[in-house]
Amino acid sequence: MPARLAASVRDAALAAAVAFVLAVPLVGFETVDLGRGVGVRTRFSWVAIGVAAVFVARLALGLMGAARAHWARLGRSNDPARLARRAAAFWRIPAALLVAFAIALPFLPFSSRYLVDFATTVLIYIMLGWGLNVVVGLAGLLDLGYVAFYAVGAYSFALTAQWFGLGFWEALPVSGLLAASFGIILGFPVLRLRGDYLAIVTLGFGEMIRIILLNWSQVTGGPNGIPNIPRPTFLGMPFLPRAPEGLETFHQFFGIPFSPEQRMIFLYFVILALALVTNAFTLRLRRLPIGRAWEALREDEIACRALGINPTATKLSAFAIGAMLGGFAGAFFATRQGFISPESFTFQESATILAIVVLGGMGSQMGVVLAALVLVTLPELGRAFAEFRMLIFGAAMVGIMVWRPRGLLAQRAPSIRLGRAQAG
Amino acid sequence: MTPLLAVEHLSMRFGGLLAVDDVSFAAAPGEITAIIGPNGAGKTTVFNCLTGFYRPTVGRLALAQDGRTHLLERMDGYRIAREARVARTFQNIRLFAGMTVLENLIVAQHNMLMRASLWSVGGLLGLPLYRRAEARAVETARVWLGRIGLQDRADDAAGTLPYGAQRRLEIARAMCTGPHLLCLDEPAAGLNPAETAELTRLLLAIRDEQGIGILLIEHDMRLVMGISDRIVVLNYGRKIADGPPAEVRRDPEVIRAYLGEEA
Repeated sequence: MPARLAASVRDAALAAAVAFVLAVPLVGFETVDLGRGVGVRTRFSWVAIGVAAVFVARLALGLMGAARAHWARLGRSNDPARLARRAAAFWRIPAALLVAFAIALPFLPFSSRYLVDFATTVLIYIMLGWGLNVVVGLAGLLDLGYVAFYAVGAYSFALTAQWFGLGFWEALPVSGLLAASFGIILGFPVLRLRGDYLAIVTLGFGEMIRIILLNWSQVTGGPNGIPNIPRPTFLGMPFLPRAPEGLETFHQFFGIPFSPEQRMIFLYFVILALALVTNAFTLRLRRLPIGRAWEALREDEIACRALGINPTATKLSAFAIGAMLGGFAGAFFATRQGFISPESFTFQESATILAIVVLGGMGSQMGVVLAALVLVTLPELGRAFAEFRMLIFGAAMVGIMVWRPRGLLAQRAPSIRLGRAQAG
Repeated sequence: MTPLLAVEHLSMRFGGLLAVDDVSFAAAPGEITAIIGPNGAGKTTVFNCLTGFYRPTVGRLALAQDGRTHLLERMDGYRIAREARVARTFQNIRLFAGMTVLENLIVAQHNMLMRASLWSVGGLLGLPLYRRAEARAVETARVWLGRIGLQDRADDAAGTLPYGAQRRLEIARAMCTGPHLLCLDEPAAGLNPAETAELTRLLLAIRDEQGIGILLIEHDMRLVMGISDRIVVLNYGRKIADGPPAEVRRDPEVIRAYLGEEA
């Protein structure tokens, strides 16, 4: 145990050193407007807090491994299958704590409008990461144009709202279905491609969608985008200061004073619910034959064919389901912003989502959460150093690839165990 | 008795190279048919034609099964495995290395499970139909794990197994698809004598208990002569001999092909 502790401390110190190197330029300096030019102010106390947080978190993660083994032994059983099962169940504890924290977040004392809005952004990226994880992490199809499906979802909702007057909840399935069909449309011509070639074609597809949105002004409004997208309602009750004709608003129904924060918190809970449903859905799919076929396809396509698995149908299903989840997230994005334009759907977005999946550890749900937090927080803190952002981002990516080539959390949990089947 | 597999006038041309030249042979159910020949004789090409990885230039590949005949030369690779039920292993092992041993055997039962999960809809809803099918699949996998002696490693990644165990697992995986014809491409390559003996027992057990046909490409002559019911010899893409082992080993043309022109 002491050896384990020492190793964990060493590991945590290394992580803290990396965090320090990253944090000094990103967080340590701030540009301030001095009236006669721009000056630099230091905020090394922030760096110290950040580095300490990384050290503690990394140490906790290291010790968690030991705690996990210990927890697994608590069952006083030497059956390896049961030990493995308990070890797998261990991750449910932090996951449950995280969900509880996420639910409580808007009501915590330190919570603010900014924090809830920021958490909503993080959750959008988590949901997108989980969606792309199906395509990249499970099926192993490198997709650089994922933002196209996000855009299709957003525009589907905006346009159906404009033309047919659909609200968010009615349009949500439409957005998902349309995005899924686009996934299949993209999937068909690229079925024979793998790896780099597939990446290039999907990259092109993403750009095509963006350029069509930009130029097809009659339908999409071109660079002006689509304004006045309807906001979501709570069981038909809008979040407005004054009720429109024949409707009751949220605050009237509950007899509380109106506050614009109510809608923000509601939006936060909508995306939290969407993300949790996405998580449950993909975790479940992974344990079904279709999910195992995706993973098998990632491992060896030729062996799949020799086992009677239809590679075409399997790939298309991965594309379609990944795209559908992206479409849901897009519809939410549209209703949250109230306004969309092609500028929100650039390659930069695709790259960020892919980075979340790759950094998090391909196929790891918890890894996506961690990576989304890191990747959305870092630029937010480093706003003043926007021009160096990509440089540091790139350095961080290279560093991760060198030290943890399979991502932050790269443990793959088997989709089925002999032990569990024995019990059940 | 009608043969399980009838290969008639199979030819495969790659540009100017005639890799397989007018080869005909048959394989019977419940028998091990070996295809031997020097390196580059076209053995693996025959396998690739049979399992749909290549489309033959000329020839008919008829697989008779339950009163139906499947013409393999017209079918896509995955349909050959799914409908005609031809399973194969590969010369360079192709396991799903990152997945566990058990998962490898469950993936092999994909089509049965897919139907039972109602193409995932029933599985998402957790219908008992699917749960029962999955339990059956695990039971099949458990039986095969027992036969290849890997029960204890069921939850380990397949890529971490020793080489010999990976070879056995690949055969078990092919068997989990419920094949009528099993094509093994050099299953004993790289095995030590003890592992080869174990493999021999496994193959004989599969032949005798499952009653399926086995096609075997192999260079280990002791193994081939010991377990084959029939041997087809290829050289430079042509069939030079075809018969029971005792006959083939005395065939002067076979001896010449293996030992050189002088012999």
